[in-house]
Parts: sequence; C-alpha cells; structure tokens
Amino acid sequence: MASKLTRSNRAGWLMALPGVGLIATFIIVPFFLAFGFSLTNQRLASPNPTEYVGFENYSDLLGMAFFTLEPERDEAGNAVVEDGEIQYPRLRKFTRNNPDYPNLQGKREWFSWQSGENRKVVLASDVVFMKALVNTVTFVLVVAPLQSALALGLALLINQKLRGISLFRAIYFMPVVVSIVVVSLLWKFIYSPGDGLLNNLLSGLTFGLWQPLDWLGNPSTALGSIILMSVWQGVGFHMVIWLAGLQTISPTLYEAAEIEGSSKWQTFRYVTWPGLRNTAVLILIVITMQAFALYAQIDVMTSGGPLDSTQVLVFQAVERGYGKQDISGGSTISVLLFLIVLAISLLQRWLTRERT
Amino acid sequence: MRYGPILAAAMLGGMASAAAAQTELSLWYHGAGSANAEEALVNQLVEEFNASQSDYTVVIETFPQGAYNDAVGAAALAGKLPDILDVDGPVMPNWAWAGYMQPLGIDEAKLDGFLPGPIGRWNGEVYSVGLWDAAVAMTTRRSTLEDNGIRVPTLDAPWSLEEFNGALATLKASGKFEYPLDLGMAWTGEWYPYAFSPLLQSFGGDIVDRSTYQTAEGVLNGDEAIAFGEWWQSLFEMGYAPGTSQDAADRDTGLLNGKYAIAWNGNWAALPVVEAFGDDALFLPAPDFGNGSTIGAASWQFGVSGTSEHPDGARAFIEFALQDRWFTAFSDGTGLIPVTAAAAADTQNYKPGGALEVFYGLSEAQALVRPVTPGYLVQAKVFEKALADIANGADVADTLDAAVDEINEDIEANNGYGH
Amino acid sequence: MALVTPDNHGLRLWTRYSVLVLVAVIFIFPLLFMAMSSLKPDQQLLSDTNSLRAFLPVGDISMQNYTDAFERAPIGVFVVNSVLITGATVLFTLFVCSLAAFSFVFLEWSGRGLIFSILLATLIIPYESIFIPLLLMVSQLPWIGTGGLEWGWLNTYRVQIIPFIADGLSIFLFVQYFKDLPRELIEASRVEGASWWTIYRRVVMPLSGPVIATAAILKFLFMYNQYLWPLMVVQAEEIRPVMVGLGYFTDQLNVPWGEVMAYLTVITIPVLAFYLSLQRVFIASVASTGVKG
Repeated sequence: MASKLTRSNRAGWLMALPGVGLIATFIIVPFFLAFGFSLTNQRLASPNPTEYVGFENYSDLLGMAFFTLEPERDEAGNAVVEDGEIQYPRLRKFTRNNPDYPNLQGKREWFSWQSGENRKVVLASDVVFMKALVNTVTFVLVVAPLQSALALGLALLINQKLRGISLFRAIYFMPVVVSIVVVSLLWKFIYSPGDGLLNNLLSGLTFGLWQPLDWLGNPSTALGSIILMSVWQGVGFHMVIWLAGLQTISPTLYEAAEIEGSSKWQTFRYVTWPGLRNTAVLILIVITMQAFALYAQIDVMTSGGPLDSTQVLVFQAVERGYGKQDISGGSTISVLLFLIVLAISLLQRWLTRERT
Repeated sequence: MRYGPILAAAMLGGMASAAAAQTELSLWYHGAGSANAEEALVNQLVEEFNASQSDYTVVIETFPQGAYNDAVGAAALAGKLPDILDVDGPVMPNWAWAGYMQPLGIDEAKLDGFLPGPIGRWNGEVYSVGLWDAAVAMTTRRSTLEDNGIRVPTLDAPWSLEEFNGALATLKASGKFEYPLDLGMAWTGEWYPYAFSPLLQSFGGDIVDRSTYQTAEGVLNGDEAIAFGEWWQSLFEMGYAPGTSQDAADRDTGLLNGKYAIAWNGNWAALPVVEAFGDDALFLPAPDFGNGSTIGAASWQFGVSGTSEHPDGARAFIEFALQDRWFTAFSDGTGLIPVTAAAAADTQNYKPGGALEVFYGLSEAQALVRPVTPGYLVQAKVFEKALADIANGADVADTLDAAVDEINEDIEANNGYGH
Repeated sequence: MALVTPDNHGLRLWTRYSVLVLVAVIFIFPLLFMAMSSLKPDQQLLSDTNSLRAFLPVGDISMQNYTDAFERAPIGVFVVNSVLITGATVLFTLFVCSLAAFSFVFLEWSGRGLIFSILLATLIIPYESIFIPLLLMVSQLPWIGTGGLEWGWLNTYRVQIIPFIADGLSIFLFVQYFKDLPRELIEASRVEGASWWTIYRRVVMPLSGPVIATAAILKFLFMYNQYLWPLMVVQAEEIRPVMVGLGYFTDQLNVPWGEVMAYLTVITIPVLAFYLSLQRVFIASVASTGVKG
C-alpha cells in the first residue's frame, strides 16, 4: 500500500543505513569471503600458496555412489551361508586401490539394504558429513514442532489468573537464561551412565524397575538425549513469545465464545489459534534457525560421537575449519548449510504465506 | 592516512627510547587457572629473569589450556604472535612449518643429558625445549595384583599381551571392581594419541609411516594395526574398561575409591595415589604387545615465535630457564618429571628412593615421541576419532581404512607437509 | 486460557497448582543441582549424585568453593567485562535494529524489498562459519583512538561489540512487531507534520516494550555466551569475558567440580537479574498497551 505519505527515499535510507551497513560489513562480506575460500584449498596455517580448486571441495563432500554387493559363492555358484547369514566379500576390496572400480575409490558405506541375495550399498565420499546432514535435519524436524507445541502448552498453562503465577513463569523461563554451555555441563552429569542422576531418578520413580541407560554413550539414545535437553533449555523462551501472542487476543472474543456455549477445544480452535497466526510463523522461523545452528551442546557433551550419531553441520564446520586447519572444507560446509536453510525458509514462507 | 608518517615517526621514537632502557618481550602461557604450582613457578621464572638482566622485560599472558592453540592460530593469522611461545611438544612441527616459530638457535651443548622427550626438533633444528616431561604408567596397588595372583611386571620384563589379558580377566572375574582397567576415555583430545598410540606401536602399527611421513597406508590399517584394533574393541566388549561415556569425575577418583583396579594414567596424577596407598602404590610399565613396551613423551615446551623482532631476548629467556634448579623446582611443584638426571637427584619425588622415581626410568627407557610432522595436528584428531569409534563397536578394518584415507588426503592437500 | 477466572473450588485449585509445581520441578532441578553442588566439597558433590541429596544443602556445606574459585581466576574482571560488552551491544542493537525495521515497515524507498530479502537471508548464516574471514578483516580495520588513526581492532572491547550490533534476527523481530502496529497512528502523525525521527521516537518506540524486551534478551544471551570469537580476538586477561574464563576451571586435569559449580552459579546471576528486571515489560506491556489485535 504505497502512499505518498510514506514514500521517502532519503529518510528511509538514512534510517536503515546503520543496520544495513553493519550487517553488510560484518556478515555479508565475510560470508562472501568464506564462499571464496570454499573454492580454494585455503588452510588456517600453511606456508603453501593458496590455489583455486573450483568446486572440488563440494564434490568431496557430496560425492556418492551406488553399488550392488553380490554374495560370496561356493564352487557350485550358490551363495555361501554361515550361521544363517549370507556372506559377502568385504567392501574394502572394491573401494581400496581396485582399478576395476575407480568410481568407488576412497568412498565408504553410508547405508545399505538387502535385496534378494544381494546387498545394495550406498557409498559416500564423506560419510561423516552425510551423517551430520541427516542428524541436523532430524534434529530440526523433531525440535521445531516439539518445542513449539510444548511451548504453546506451557503458555496456556501459565496464562491463568492464579496467585503466584508470575513466580512459575519465571521458573519456567530460568533454563533460557542459563548459558547453553552451562546447561550442557550440568546435563552431562545428569546423563552420566550407570548411577548417574537421571538413571537414579528414574529408578526411584519406577521402584527399581528402570534399567540404567548410557544416555550419551549409546548411539541410539545420544541424539535423543541432546534433543530432550535442548527442548528443555529453549522451550521457556518460546513460551513467553506465545504468551505475548495470547495476551493480544481480545477478551471480548472469549466472552462471545462462552455466550455461544463453545467447548474448550472449540474456543481454542476458532478463537485462540487464529489469533496466534503471526506468532506461530515467528516462532517456527526462530526455532528452525536456532536448531540448524546446533553446536554448543555437541561440543560440550559428545563431540559428535558415539559413532557419529550426534555429528551436526555447524560442529563439523568448526571442527574442520579450526580443529583440522581446513578453512576451505569448513567454509564449504557453511555455504552448504546456508543454501539448505535458505531453501527451507523459502519453502516455509511459501507454506505460511498469507492467503488473500 | 595523512597522519601515517607522523604517527609512525612518533611510535618509532617511542620505541627507540624504550629500547634504550628495556625491550618488552611478550610470553604466552597455556596454564591459566591451574591451581598447582606450575603457573606460579612460570611467573617466578619470569620475575627472576627480569631481575637478572637489564635488556629485556618479559611480560606474561596466560590462557586456559583448551583455548590456547586456537588463540595462537588466530593471532598468527592476524600477525599478532608474541615473542615467546609455549607449545605442546607434538604440535611444534606444525607451528614451525607454518612459520609461527623460528629455530631456537641455542647452543646444543646446553641440552646434554636431557631426556629425549623435552627437546623439540624439526627439520634437523631445535625449535623448542621443555623444562619437564611427563610419563604414563599402569597405576595400581601391589595388594590388588598379589591377591589375584598376578605377576608384578618390571621394565625388563613387562606384561605380555596374554599376561595382560589374563590379568584383566582375573580382575574382572574377582567381582571386586566395576572395571578392571581405566584407560581414561573421558579425557578427550590429546590424551588419546599421547596415551594410546604407544599401545598401537607396541603391536607394530603406527599413526603414520615415519620413514617418509607421506602415508598411513599399511601402518594404521595393516594387519598389526587391525590386531590392535580388535584387541582395543574387545576391552570394551568384554566390559574390561569404561568406554567413551566415562564420567570425568570417575576418571579422577575411580582408582582411589576402588571402582577400577588398574588405571593407565600420567605421573601428574601419581601423587594422590601415593598419598592414598603409600607403599602399596605401584607404577608399572606398559605391556609389551610384541614390539616392545613404549609410552609417549614430550610435554609443553618453550620456543621463539616466527615473527619475534627480538629473538635474542627470547633466546636469553629460554636459556635462563634451562637450569637444573628450575627443573627441580618445577618437578617439586607439579610432580612432573625433571628433564636431567642431575636435577632428578635433587627432587623430592624422583631422587633415588623417591615416590615417583620409577617414572624417570620409564621416560628414559621407553619414551617415544609422537610422529614428528606438521600433519600431526590432523592425524591426532583422526586417530582419536578412530579409537573412539572402534571402542563404540565400529568395524575395525573399515574404521582404520577411513582414518588412513583422511590422513593421506590431508597430507596430499598440504603438499606433503614439507618433509 | 485467558478467560480463566479465579476459581476457588479447592480441589481444582489444588490440581492446578500441582501441575504447575510438577512442571516447575522439571525446569528447576538441574539449576538446583548446580547451586547446591557449589556448596559442597568435590568428593561429596560426586557421591551425592546417587541420590536426592544432590538437590539438598546437606552434609559439609560451605562457601569454600566460591573462595577458591575467586582465587583461581579473576572472576570479577570476567563478569564485569561480559556485562559491559553485552550491555553495550544490547543498547546499540536495540537502537540500530529498531531504526532499520522502522524504515522497512513504515517507509517506502527504492531497493527496500531487495535489501530486506537479503537481510532475511543473513539470518541463517551461523556466526561460527564466518569468524575466520571476519578475523582477517577486523585485524586490518582502522580506528580513531586517543593517539589518532590506528589499524587493527584486535585485543579491544570494540572488536567484541561492533560486529554484533546489527543482525537479521533482531531486525526481523522488530519488523514482525511493527507490522501489527496500527498504521493509522503513524499516518495521522505524519499528517500532523511530525518528522520520521519524531514518529520513531515518540510514537513507535513507546509502544514497543515487548519486542524491545524480547530482542534485548535474545541479544543478551547470545553475547553473554560468546566463546569462540573472544578466544580468537582477545589475548589480554583484562578484557576476557566469562565463557573463556570457564576454561580456567574445566581445562584442568583434575577438574575442581565444586568450583566449576560455583563459577557457573556466579556467571548465571547477571543474566538472571537482567531477565527479572525485564520480565514485567516482557509480558505485561503487551496486555496493557492493547495495541495489537
């Protein structure tokens, strides 16, 4: 709705300039430098000259191959079976210095499945990166809906007029104000295997029926444990944003709903939820962004282990760029992460676009 | 820019007048917050050096250990290195190769009688020198071994693979311990290559082929390395040792409160053991898995930064530190190993009959430095991840293959690291 | 829901409070563990994790860990630095980002749409990934200091503040909020001849309590928790912030857990105080202004 009243080039530019200028200088320019690094073999420390390598860093990360592994056969041509399991030749026979399979050279098994007698194998040049990618996406897919829903639930819970409610509000918000590094250190104690705090609590609650878990040491529970902790830490913040949204809904709407005798669910569905639309978009975007940036928890608690079950993209970018002095490799991951999140946020905007 | 020349002149003037009096030398040190005497002694060393001559004043800046290497890397990138650097022994070749450091240029006669670990050499030149060394031992109690009928090994006759496995099985079967062996898996980072690569070497493998430093193929994934890997994995499968999720606190206290029977631990942790168990405390050599019994060597050392404008002053400071009285003082203060026999004789713990004397013998007889290559920085991380993965049940050969590939790709990407 | 009126029916009230308390327990127990552990000697701290004693001030209770922690590291210096750096950044952020958002929402100017889309895209660049190019840049940037023109920002307060003043998320938060403000209000002021600056200052900002609080808290947490950046750009202990200081405790061979807990407790207090001081604005002002919806 362009109107003459609001049109003002000079004032507009002047007011936007400090913010835009700072972002351009301290985020956009460095990002393009990082993109530049991703096309070279730049190292953190090296006497060697930096060379342009094109998209080699990208193909090193994204290279994949597909391979059908046939079983070992005896002289009669039947598949060899031991202990009820079909025996296969080792994959490393094909992936290491085998001139017949140049496309498999240096690749590793990412995942595989059974197809009749054969095993279909998907190989990747950089399995760790692939796992980091999958874990990051998993984390986002679980955390975004879970955390926003829980936060809404909490917001509804504390949006009551009760004595002392502001105390509860403050308590629910507390984990947010504690640094994520501090929280990660504390939860490392809580997740301690054997007779750690959480195992002991659960054991007490179930009268000793609980079998202690090695929360962070078991590949099948590690990512889940980190998700749980992250939601615990972050949910209070989004609760407060929901709460702000809830309080903008006019009480007269609720009164009208009550007069018409609508049930609690109907009230929520037709009064509360439509009023939260903008809030919902905001929360979803903020949570998604924060979830993609997952780093500190991994750094403090698992360093990506066990068995890469908690590798994530930002951690890998930092680990390679700083830890392994491979600036170009780390930058490449950052650029890819940027492209992924950009694609997702365009999708999100399209899905949540305002239908007029 | 207009003011550039004027300013430069003013600054030069300022510097010149300062130089006439005293030149300031900056020193970076990694041990911020260490409650033991190390930090205090480094400060005392600086003070005494400053008082001993009138040309230079050393100014110390301390960093927390975990942040130190990254801070140095960032400073190098920005051209802001100090004059004197404190460097972890195995990292030195990387810094020397990258130009962060310059050859020390001191008279090597001053290093006569030193243990091998504390002298940092790269490309035939000495770049760094340590005032102490560290060693690792199988720490346990004499009574634990005797009660279970396990032979007490010696430097000349360490445990063999079978003997060691048998001992672990016996201790496990005794039911008295949560785990018979504590490897310190909770200590991520440099501990892994420092403490565990000697075990791999004893099996006949290594992190990288030391004859050329150009490949890890056949060394880190050869039959010997795979045998090591299978054995390593079995330690965790059989419940002999706590895995990567070990509680850091258990690592610190597990042996003392009887959770673990034997701990693979450094001499820096030895004094509490002596205090707790007295004469019952035992510090034993690494088992011999077929290729001799070895332990890691080299701790933190001092060197001159590549961009220092006053290498003479930096050198003077380091030479000042290379005195037996300092070695003795550091050893007494921190429990670390003095670098010369003469200094050892004066220490509380390493003199003949001292509580930790055995460590000096270990360092002298068994110490092997980690691969001396700029690629070590990456190789150490790759090795750490491979060992953690294998401990968590990853396929041994595949994991070692992947480690070899990553190490080789890194060497290639760095044009062979100047070997 | 918002309509819920005070309900004095004993049983229902009791149920409500138990739910609230139960949830509160879930949120508070790790922090309780932290605070209580900071009062205990290491041995007891560790053995107490086997039982509910971990959450109780029982056994050998003292402030010894605090005394030791303050001796081990210049904690006061770290906290003051962090509060200074964080506080300055938050103030600048609030001003710069709200001003930009104001311009994006209420003014029409050429290039607005394009620039806003680019800003939105920067929202998803993780800072960790640009630190190295950023380091190379700030080590060369000019500055007018007391002695005239100088080069290089390393080892200063400003290098920890200026790069973080403007960010996509803060601008986005303000934009989302401003969009819901009634445009008639702005246009009316415009008709009355008020300048944009006056409208920003006198009309829009006074209505923006909640979003100011939200943006302030987000930025505060981000800045207070900075670790990697200060580690790279700051060498002097005198200007080191709290998260780098954590290494004085956790980077030790035998980690002094009691002191770690004491340190964690101490560095949490400023953030908690900051939040509590804003909590009222944060929640209440939305309801009271009644501008939205």
